[in-house]
Amino acid sequence: MSAARLRRVLLYAGLVAVGLLFIGPLYWLFSSALKESGDIYQFPPRWLPGWHIENFAEAWRAAPFGDFFVNSLIVTAGGATIKLVNATLTAYAFVFLRFPYKNVIFLAMLGALMVPNNVTLIVNYITVSNLGWVNTYLGLIVPSAGSVFGMFLLRQYMLTLPGDVVEAARVDGAGHLRIMWQVVLPMCKPMLVTVGIIAVVDMWNDFIWPLIVTNTVEMRTLPIGLLYLRSTEGYSNWGAIMAGTVMVALPMLILFLVAQRQITRGLTGGAVKG
Amino acid sequence: MTTTTAARRGPGDEAGDNEGAGAGTTNTSGAATAAAGGSGGTAPTPRPRRRRRHHWRRRRKEYLLFLLMISPNLVIIGTFDYWPVIYNAWLSLTRWNMISGVPRYVGLENYQNLFTSSSFHGILLNTLTFSAAIVVGSVVLGLALALLFDQKLRGRGIVRTAAFAPHIVSGAAVATLWLFIFDPAYGLTRVVLDPFGIESPRWVNDADWALIALVIAYLWKGLGFVAIVYLAGLQNLPEELYEAARLDGAGTWTTFRRITLPLLSPVTFFVLVTSIIGTFQAYDMIAVLTDGGPGDATTTLSWYVYQQGFRASDAGSAAAAAMLLFVILLVVTGLQTRFVQRKVHYA
Repeated sequence: MSAARLRRVLLYAGLVAVGLLFIGPLYWLFSSALKESGDIYQFPPRWLPGWHIENFAEAWRAAPFGDFFVNSLIVTAGGATIKLVNATLTAYAFVFLRFPYKNVIFLAMLGALMVPNNVTLIVNYITVSNLGWVNTYLGLIVPSAGSVFGMFLLRQYMLTLPGDVVEAARVDGAGHLRIMWQVVLPMCKPMLVTVGIIAVVDMWNDFIWPLIVTNTVEMRTLPIGLLYLRSTEGYSNWGAIMAGTVMVALPMLILFLVAQRQITRGLTGGAVKG
Repeated sequence: MTTTTAARRGPGDEAGDNEGAGAGTTNTSGAATAAAGGSGGTAPTPRPRRRRRHHWRRRRKEYLLFLLMISPNLVIIGTFDYWPVIYNAWLSLTRWNMISGVPRYVGLENYQNLFTSSSFHGILLNTLTFSAAIVVGSVVLGLALALLFDQKLRGRGIVRTAAFAPHIVSGAAVATLWLFIFDPAYGLTRVVLDPFGIESPRWVNDADWALIALVIAYLWKGLGFVAIVYLAGLQNLPEELYEAARLDGAGTWTTFRRITLPLLSPVTFFVLVTSIIGTFQAYDMIAVLTDGGPGDATTTLSWYVYQQGFRASDAGSAAAAAMLLFVILLVVTGLQTRFVQRKVHYA
């Protein structure tokens, strides 16, 4: 066997190994969620699952997944929308409006990226409880509704737009809100999609803040609900626990498969441009 | 990341100002004229005063609109990002149970207690071990994956997608999955280890293995992201250099060590910094996999902040630990900024 051929064989072996490493656990998750408990508690395991949807019903019985879903949907939709609006308005203002020292203000806002969430936990809890927002949707949404990274991505994108289009709209007498809505935002669509999707993923997956700011089972979001399910099911029923895990993970996996390009671009944007 | 310092286009600037002068309103306050004069109304126009006034009113409208547009974001960021830093610094100098009464000033006592407590030394060590393992694992394995994905292989797209997918799944879900994988009796690790005649360790229930289990699950979640970042870096490298190296007869290893690695150093630094920041803020995977245990075996600085604040109701020491964490991260980010700037000048 020639050296080049051997190299290709080795490369393919590596690719298969990596594939197994990442697809294997995901397959384990979905197949276990559909296995009967008899099939889960046997060794060596059965690789082909049945179609045992009972696990989902059981997870749903053990923990109020309906509430978790509604809460996660409200928090994600509300939070991501406000984040996106904030990112858009701020980015537009910084690019197209005049204001003394606006670049200093921009850098000051960008500096918030350096504040780790650990530092904000205790004080934000105090603030939210002073506002009477503990265990409410407002408390879940508002502290995360500001946008720094999204604002940064959108601002950089707006700076690359062709200036004469905006110029022409201004000469025609269009006001800023109209220019933003009818001229700038349509041109920013790809980046708006990216920023919006990242906001959705962030809100859906957020863990530590919802854990702190809610204190009844009915107000928990899905990731916290999963922790609750495990505490009620213990280690005794992996089928139901994996079914619960699928319910938390699947929406984001579907979103990822649909919008892979936008997500990768947004998340790696900071690195490649840096 | 770099920021372009000046917005390149203010709209219209002086261009749109010569249409119909300041409408009907006559406001002869000297202040307006004086203020407008500051911004260079030098053009010789027939009615300079009215024009300047008009100019100033437009500008004031624009300033107001600017404030309106940024204020919701500014208020949220100020309240929930900047104010916590200030108040947290104060809290770290007090003792308070977060429930009743008010914080009582105790000076540096919380810091003293932290640094003299041996369990806190263990927690610092956990944090550093966890962070170092993730950093090294991310750089080495992430780069290896990227080099593999850079080859023209059939099916690499699917593998790349599968590797990236865990990155956008909730950490709580990934950790729950791994909890089952780590089950010594029925988990996937037994399936993998059994053919080699190795008995699966008790992973998360064994103080010697819990941190390793955490590192494995955490790496599995983040590796695909690191690989994609490295891949983007690899695909941006100039082809000519490799051409030249080939002509000079440099082997694969030499080319990798002398060209690829040095040119990728900005990417490596990005991976380094984001990995450190990530591990210093990790909650969800620790919460689900180990809850900081057994004992303190997987309690990191971030988990300690949560535990002290919300389980032990000790706001002071939680705040002090958070400040320590903040300072460490500031130094790390500061290093990144300096490094990136040097790189930009160099390039």
